[in-house]
Amino acid sequence: MPNDIAFYLIAAFTVAFAVVAMTLRRLVHCALCAAAAFAGLAMLYLLLDAEFVGFAQLLVYVGAIAILIVFAVLLTRGDEVCPGHSQSSPSWMAGVAVAVLVLAGIAIAILLSPSLHRLAPSAAGAPVKKIGEELMTRYVLPLEMVGVLLTGALLGAVVIAMHEESEVKRPAGGPASRRAEPEEAMSLR
Amino acid sequence: MNALDPIFISTLHWLAGLAPASVRPLVSMLLVIAGLMAVFGSCFALTTILERKTLGRMQNRFGPNRVGPFGLFQPLADGIKMLIKEDIVPFSADKTLHFLAPLALTVPVWLAFSVLPFGRNMSAIELDAGILFFFAIGSASELAVFMAGWSSQNKYSLVGAMRAIAQMISYEVPLVLASVPVLMAAASLSLPDIVQAQSGFALGWVPRWNVFTPWGLAGFALFMIAAAAESNRCPFDLPEGESELIAGFLTEYSGFKYALFFLGEYLGLFAVTGLAVTLFLGGWQAPARWLEWFPSWGWFAAKFSALIFLFIWARATLPRLRLDQLLNFAWKFLVPLALINLLAAAVWLKSGVWRFPAAAEIRWLLCAGLLAVPYVWLARNWNGVAPTQRHYNYAE
Repeated sequence: MPNDIAFYLIAAFTVAFAVVAMTLRRLVHCALCAAAAFAGLAMLYLLLDAEFVGFAQLLVYVGAIAILIVFAVLLTRGDEVCPGHSQSSPSWMAGVAVAVLVLAGIAIAILLSPSLHRLAPSAAGAPVKKIGEELMTRYVLPLEMVGVLLTGALLGAVVIAMHEESEVKRPAGGPASRRAEPEEAMSLR
Repeated sequence: MNALDPIFISTLHWLAGLAPASVRPLVSMLLVIAGLMAVFGSCFALTTILERKTLGRMQNRFGPNRVGPFGLFQPLADGIKMLIKEDIVPFSADKTLHFLAPLALTVPVWLAFSVLPFGRNMSAIELDAGILFFFAIGSASELAVFMAGWSSQNKYSLVGAMRAIAQMISYEVPLVLASVPVLMAAASLSLPDIVQAQSGFALGWVPRWNVFTPWGLAGFALFMIAAAAESNRCPFDLPEGESELIAGFLTEYSGFKYALFFLGEYLGLFAVTGLAVTLFLGGWQAPARWLEWFPSWGWFAAKFSALIFLFIWARATLPRLRLDQLLNFAWKFLVPLALINLLAAAVWLKSGVWRFPAAAEIRWLLCAGLLAVPYVWLARNWNGVAPTQRHYNYAE
């Protein structure tokens, strides 16, 4: 079964990179390995004939989220390795407990859901058109909610960034630039 | 339809037929890959020499003219030079990432070619979500640029990489948004379907290419600007600005690795140009009915070359932007305009059912106005300063 072999290869690839991402010392290496693990997940989706989900996974996780992580590491200078510093945080027991709980929760939810008893659809994969129609009719409310949530997050980010900029700029205002009046400065905050 | 049109496909079938039946799919796949790499690899070599010649012509000098007739063997000489140059890896560099970065840039770009329809029935794989595949694969190049900049352990490289990533993320938004109206019009994400949706002629002689609609024209312009920025082409080539960043994330690369970056960048330009041809210029369709005797792949090549020439022309003509201008331009001008373009495209598609007198003209004017008014307003105001209020801090 070539599909089974492909599955085990991709699964091994994904798990290996996920493990490596947790064990490496430099944060940038970890982020890049995580990106590789994301790509492995995308390959798994493709193996299941879920074209749209696979490409979306690649676009969002490798193209955006990995870049976000990398940028955060760069801007915070968190990639410097301190020698002698233990790699795992002191509260790793709590982390393990949370991970086990989450895994158990997901496993129970999957085992109790009817999706295990449902037969796999005979047609290979859902066409993109069908996904679009479902998103625009049956699932339009969740879609809009996600949109509102993301817009809110975006506005929040802009507000945070604007605050910093106005604080930096005000004392440096030269004679040519318009000085912010005190009342105006108050209202900006 | 003529004998020349399916020549590549029939050659492929003939060559694959020589192999035993059990390995035939594999052989034909390999043949397609080899063909794509041969065509676009030589296209890369040809473009480097043509670009230098054209730049020379536009800047009133000769350009390379020593190697071979008219300097035509210059790319060959360059290639050999790159191959035999010493490959220098900085002492403090992250060796693995430094080695992997050029590969991580070049391999996904090759993959992007697999979904482009180069002629009638001529795409390597026909994916249901072809354009999504294209953008998903393209997004991997940002990580490659980051790997290159970070692994070099050099501040110029790091700043160059950060600039490049900021630029690529910013311009990916208008790039994708500009191509969404095309998907709306074709009602499909598959690139062959998009080409098919642009077949036929309006009024008997105007081809139904997307570029001949108001939203298509605006989308094409937006797409080309964003494409130039995505592939680090000239008005937007400041991640590699040699005068300020000594070539940015490429600073610590030499020899063949540098050549690979160079190759990856040009291939990225080719891929996105091919996508522009497919989305807006009707793909492999002929521009007039009496020109349909010319093979479809020939039309694709002609449009493709014209757009590549446009990029070279822009490089010869336009000065480089500053980084803050570049990012402001993307977020305050291109993105709003691309969103308005979506609206205009929606109006255009919905008004296709109008049947009253002069409906076509009104539809055209409405959509063009929907785009032209915000364009003028944004162009005058996006920088925060209207041109009439300009003042000079140091000259007054």
